[in-house]
Amino acid sequence: MTKLNREGLAQLREQARAGWQQRWHGKQAQIIIGMGTCGIAAGARKAWDAFADELKKNNLTEVRIEQTGCMGLCYSEPTVEVRVPDMPPIIYGKVDAEVARRIVRKHIVGKLLINDHIYDRPALDAFGKQG
Amino acid sequence: MQAETKTELSPGLLEFIRQWKDKPGNLIMVLHRVQQEYRYVPRDVAFQVAALLEVPLAKIYGVITFYHLFKLKQPGRHVIAVCMGTACYLKGGEDLIRELETLIGAGVNTVSPDGEFSVEVVRCLGCCGLAPVLTIDGEVFGNLTKAQLPDVLAKYQGKQLAAATA
Amino acid sequence: MAFKHYVMVCGGEGCESKHALAVHDALLKEVREQGVENEVQVLKTGGFGFCGDCPAVQVLPDQTLYVGVQPGDAAAIVTQHLKQGRPVARLVFDAAKNAKMFPADVPVGHQKQLRIVLRNCGVIDPEKIGDYLARDGYAALEKALFKMKPEDVIEELKKAGLRGRGGGGYPTWQKWLFTKKVASEQKYIICNADEGDPGAYMDRSTLEGDPHSILEAMTIAGYTVGASQGYIYIRAEYPLAISRLNLAIAQARELGLLGKGILGSGFDFDIELRLGAGAFVCGEETALITSIEGNRGMPSPRPPYPAVRGLWEKPTVINNVETWAAIPVILLKGGEWFGKIGTATSKGTKVFALTGKVNNCGLIEVPMGITLREIIYEIGGGMLKGKAFKAVQTGGPSGGVITQDYLDMPIDYEALAQLGSIMGSGGMIVMDEDDCMVDVSKFYLDFTVDESCGKCAPCRIGGRTLYNLVDKISKGKGSLNDIEQIRDIGLAMRKASLCGLGQTAPNPAISTLKYFEAEYLAHINDKKCPAGKCRDLLTFFILPEKCIGCTLCARRCPVNCIAGERRAVHTIDAAKCIKCGECYQVCKFGAVERT
Repeated sequence: MTKLNREGLAQLREQARAGWQQRWHGKQAQIIIGMGTCGIAAGARKAWDAFADELKKNNLTEVRIEQTGCMGLCYSEPTVEVRVPDMPPIIYGKVDAEVARRIVRKHIVGKLLINDHIYDRPALDAFGKQG
Repeated sequence: MQAETKTELSPGLLEFIRQWKDKPGNLIMVLHRVQQEYRYVPRDVAFQVAALLEVPLAKIYGVITFYHLFKLKQPGRHVIAVCMGTACYLKGGEDLIRELETLIGAGVNTVSPDGEFSVEVVRCLGCCGLAPVLTIDGEVFGNLTKAQLPDVLAKYQGKQLAAATA
Repeated sequence: MAFKHYVMVCGGEGCESKHALAVHDALLKEVREQGVENEVQVLKTGGFGFCGDCPAVQVLPDQTLYVGVQPGDAAAIVTQHLKQGRPVARLVFDAAKNAKMFPADVPVGHQKQLRIVLRNCGVIDPEKIGDYLARDGYAALEKALFKMKPEDVIEELKKAGLRGRGGGGYPTWQKWLFTKKVASEQKYIICNADEGDPGAYMDRSTLEGDPHSILEAMTIAGYTVGASQGYIYIRAEYPLAISRLNLAIAQARELGLLGKGILGSGFDFDIELRLGAGAFVCGEETALITSIEGNRGMPSPRPPYPAVRGLWEKPTVINNVETWAAIPVILLKGGEWFGKIGTATSKGTKVFALTGKVNNCGLIEVPMGITLREIIYEIGGGMLKGKAFKAVQTGGPSGGVITQDYLDMPIDYEALAQLGSIMGSGGMIVMDEDDCMVDVSKFYLDFTVDESCGKCAPCRIGGRTLYNLVDKISKGKGSLNDIEQIRDIGLAMRKASLCGLGQTAPNPAISTLKYFEAEYLAHINDKKCPAGKCRDLLTFFILPEKCIGCTLCARRCPVNCIAGERRAVHTIDAAKCIKCGECYQVCKFGAVERT
């Protein structure tokens, strides 16, 4: 890729914003998994595999799985944010493989939230419009 | 001074040394690369590194002995690192070390008699939310109790070493 | 079809409250009776905090938070809020008092956290540069390069009042200005990511969650002071952070955000990683520099400060990860904006790793000036297992303890120093009644003795002597004279040690002595450890009236020092007992006592 100048950066940023908008507020559900060291140590990869497998079984190939850094809720790792259109974004904690499968079946398919695994968003986002 | 047996350095390691040779302050990076390959710094490899980087062997020895992560002796086939950061200490890290001593016969900085495990103490792995924590060959086990240790160890006992812990 | 409302009742695993369950059941009943069970889902959550005002109920999607809800309130919540859309005002959490801590343009909720440094952590994919760009990444660099002169950048930092987050609290703008003023062909920028403090992982999480923010800030510094090369010195114990940084550097280079002529300006800058190798002292800036140079990481006396003569004898700006991560926001939002957050002397936010005996361990970012009570009881959700709070340790091996009496004091650099602790890099370890202060002080001294580089005598010999004294006390062999000696040696180390490690090494001992002298005296005079932690002072025995002779303790005892027939009272042979506490833990009848 050629090196960016200011115009190039502006263009790239616009593209990135559009993609972000699409991902966060578009028509597809999104599963965002906290993949910091703590999250991985607590089993985030196993949760990821379970999500992927369960989505496939339910033929939900359009649902995206994304990774992010630490959400700060170390006591409830692995932590996962689930964003389904027309539903409030939810943060789930202590998501093992079994809970991951339940999230797919109950939350993404059934539009119901899961007992005992919802955690509070640690802070409101001061730097973005999503939330 | 001549090293006893000569280990042939791998092409990857030689290439790494070549890339770093002219960069100032390269020694620590090269030693990390050596350990990635051998899991410790073998004596004759240190001789060769000294020659390749054109630094005195004494300096290499000085650096190895200063930093906790560099080892002069071969560790066990599986390296158990028990976290003794404050959170793990308060939540029972010491109990884990004591239990390991009973289970595998190796205390801190020693290798078990069968060469299977060696035990080290690390200063905070940064998984304080999962305290107490230990790692085996880099894999993290959190919220551990003494009672879980035999099962955790059994996963590794007698297994071939996976990729070296980088 | 998605529901119209989700009603979430707080009540995690650690929650002792029967109250929350009653409220949950009342809401559920009310929802059914009022016939809205197809529009409203009632749930139990994994825990919210607010334990002082229990239970909390949150309604989504409007995010209304109710606190102190009683089962009798269920009818009102369902009728008014869920059916008519009017929240029950008398129960709604009052966010106004939180608003005072936040700048005007920041959304205020019930949360006490404000994420500036951690703005992207847990939000973006750290391996995608596009995610960073979408959230104004590299906009601060562009602004600096094309719209600001180097002096302007320093002026913004000055207005922001940003101070070093590694622990020292030195004003960042001053460091930069010193380096800027020195005439030199080559200057360097260093990011100190050698987070060695046990119990602290703020920097690791920041690097893993938002690596580009560090690269951007270092590049801005390079432009400001006239440096073309940066180094990130990072612990080798953080492999994930290292790999994400390497990826971020490669991405930035590919786009020309690092390298020659950045964004078409005439400015060149590049960054390289250097790994630590497990030496705590390398967090000290002069030792860190020596280590990057490839040597044993020994500190050297200051002055000269690195700002004037640092890496390879060249002027060097060295800041810690958290400091760097705040800088792009300061340039974009303005120093004044940042300067409005915090206390008179300490501006902005601070990231803490809240750990120890608290329910919600985690990584938190709060405005300076928040109180420890808010952190522990609201964000942290209170004490683990409902035990009694004893102290908070901040600043790790260089810090001290803060007691109950100071829970309501607003925290900033000066306040913590006044109490005999320090802000430190951000480890915050909560201790309860089971933690012995003599033992804690021994733990930290063991750490500093082990990590002392041995260059100067006060640290090398003083630290060892302090450890021996505290160790002696913990074994019940101490005398009152030892306490005096600890204070004397501590003072000498503070004054005479070469670097921060030695100067602050006595802090945990001096501070615990200051607030918990009675506990030291109990070890010395009564040969007792009130917290039941120091093994040498413990005796275990079996209460005959409670023992039913189940033999469990005898079977578990690793040294076979418990005797007794099945269904007969057991006894412990004190001479053979190694005080491992196994019997105490396994007895299901509370028959094993420890004093």
